[in-house]
Amino acid sequence: MRLDEGPPRQNPRGNAIVEARGIHKHFGALHVLKGVDLAVAERELVFIIGPSGSGKSTLLRCLNRLEEPTSGKVVVDGVDLLDARTDINHARQRIGMVFQSFNLYPHMTALGNVTLALRKVAGKSRAAADELGRAALARVGLADRAGHRPGELSGGQQQRVAIARAIALEPRVMLFDEPTSALDPELVGSVLGVMRDLRESGMAMVVVSHEMGFARNAADRVLFMDQGVIVEEGTPAAIFESPIQQRTRAFISQIQRH
Amino acid sequence: MASNWERFVDAFFNARVMAKYLPDIAHGTLVTIELAALVIVSGLAAGLALALLRSLGLRPVNLLIIFVVDLFRALPPLVIIVFIYFGLPAVELAPSGFVSTWLSLTLVLMAFSEEIYWAGITSIAKGQWEAARSTGLSYGQTLMHVVLPQAIRLTIPPLTNRTIAITKGTALGTVVAVSEILGMASSAVSNSYNPSPLTLGAIAYLILFLPMVIVGRWLETRMTWKR
Repeated sequence: MRLDEGPPRQNPRGNAIVEARGIHKHFGALHVLKGVDLAVAERELVFIIGPSGSGKSTLLRCLNRLEEPTSGKVVVDGVDLLDARTDINHARQRIGMVFQSFNLYPHMTALGNVTLALRKVAGKSRAAADELGRAALARVGLADRAGHRPGELSGGQQQRVAIARAIALEPRVMLFDEPTSALDPELVGSVLGVMRDLRESGMAMVVVSHEMGFARNAADRVLFMDQGVIVEEGTPAAIFESPIQQRTRAFISQIQRH
Repeated sequence: MASNWERFVDAFFNARVMAKYLPDIAHGTLVTIELAALVIVSGLAAGLALALLRSLGLRPVNLLIIFVVDLFRALPPLVIIVFIYFGLPAVELAPSGFVSTWLSLTLVLMAFSEEIYWAGITSIAKGQWEAARSTGLSYGQTLMHVVLPQAIRLTIPPLTNRTIAITKGTALGTVVAVSEILGMASSAVSNSYNPSPLTLGAIAYLILFLPMVIVGRWLETRMTWKR
């Protein structure tokens, strides 16, 4: 489970897959993001922590333009997401996203969930999409659940189907928005296990979560956000053991108390 | 008592009168089926089209849709029929009674079904849109493959009830001389001085609408799924 037991990380700070600069986001009078810069390298796992309302989920959602930044620049895999000429639907295939509430399509089977975008966006035939979809479900350990509806799956299984739905499109980066927060404690492990496998396959990942154990083991970098800015960033050890900023220290001691 | 009973049977179940006017009622039934089918198809299609148009979120268009929908939900269908049948000739259009009734009920079903579809579309969680859009599906693809299939299932029970209620309004066509069931039955009553044709008409309505009610209930149970 320790970091040093995993395979050696090649080039953890290589070419940037995600480059966000000067991101501001206003919701009416509310200034949620106040000039955030974030770069994510190939094979890098960036972990974002912070109190609720700190803007961490909003930042994540700006990275695939589910949220439109008020100003700033977001480049993912060399594509400027905020350029009016960018085909956002095409760009989003390269950016997988996993949500707190799974958001599986309840009227489709697990395989149907995974193959919809393969067929409608990536333009695969039904047979090719089914094959890729089954492979993606196998990667999250759910090959035998392909024909099940979300309502027939546990929360952990639903979230793994949601991960399969995203990775089937072969994204360059995966965004996780509190992927385990809606899960019963005994189901968290299976989802984190899939995320760890994904991380070891070299997928660049940005994870907003409160799973500090996972952050210690798997993250290359931890960002602490508060009130719309990145207050502090560093290795998991630096942020969790010896944070410099007072706000970081207060937050870390609070979450480690329980 | 016995004579009262005999009078009742003679009035409502007079075999001779019924046999004589059965072909008329049968013809009226065909007209009603034709009218009802046209109203259902065009009304539900127009309602869906308006709901989809409304989902684009264009403010002036939506205000117009809401105005039209509220108008046709507020007006009694009979008023619309009479208005179209007797009013439109003034502007050089002279729709037949059949067309007037079809058009009126279509507008009413369009208005009510638009509201039902719209309620269904807006009841689908935002997360469904976000998940679909995050995989690269366009707005239209998300609507078509993710939102509408769920919304339409939710709308089947209210839509069925409303469709049956409005389709029964085909009987209003009798006011503008459409030879549907009630119209045929009424004139048969006048000609025979006996209300038995009305009984035939009621039976015809039951034969037509009872299956719709049953199919509606069947769809309702079949279309639900575990969340």
